[in-house]
Amino acid sequence: MSSTFDTVANIIAETCDIPRETIKPESHAIEDLGIDSLDFLDIAFAIDKAFGIKLPLEQWTQEVNDGKATTEQYFVLQNLSNRIDSLVAAKGA
Amino acid sequence: MRLEYFQLIDRIVDLDLGKRIVRAEALVPQESPVFEGHFPGHPLMPGVMLIESMAQTSGWLLIALLRFERMPFLAAVKEAKFRTFIRPGDKLDLTAELLHDGSGYAITKGAATCNGKPVCDAEITLRVMPFPNPVFRETMEKTAARIGFPMGALADG
Repeated sequence: MSSTFDTVANIIAETCDIPRETIKPESHAIEDLGIDSLDFLDIAFAIDKAFGIKLPLEQWTQEVNDGKATTEQYFVLQNLSNRIDSLVAAKGA
Repeated sequence: MRLEYFQLIDRIVDLDLGKRIVRAEALVPQESPVFEGHFPGHPLMPGVMLIESMAQTSGWLLIALLRFERMPFLAAVKEAKFRTFIRPGDKLDLTAELLHDGSGYAITKGAATCNGKPVCDAEITLRVMPFPNPVFRETMEKTAARIGFPMGALADG
């Protein structure tokens, strides 16, 4: 069974036509991979479907805009993967 | 339907909040400045306006699901296919179905038929945002009244 990160990286590679080998756990989706907000909607859709969750993008965006969180907390892929795991666990709880 | 004013939906025919599907209809006008250019002597409804028709139908579905509290804006169109020509006087039967309810966005499947035959379909992404100002919302409410948007269904749902 592939890890959450592998699933996310594969989704990003396929959705944004980014070479899979350049996508690392420490990659920042926006700053390192150059993914814009519209492309991220495609990624979010694919992640939502793959994991049966709803990424709280609006809440995250609001927290970043309000200075309560940094983009690294949500868009560095290892952090994103950890949050997906938490959402999946919360769904099953 | 008034192409030059982007009034592409005439009437909401059916809204099913449970199944998350809306049906609408629109009559392509016999005359429009759009046809003067598209095309001289051979008037056809432009494909981009068929996309807009599906997007507006999708938008009304989302406005209903969001209970008129937020506004959907077209963000992406995928796999748009135009299967036949649409001419002045044709009647479009439009449908939009919610495929995914995301956070701040939604994905729909839009489609249109004419006399039961497939006209076009596409997967449509819409960003969902607050109404930008009260005037915008009032305009949408007036449009809703014009096209028979079932406000009562929102209260009942």
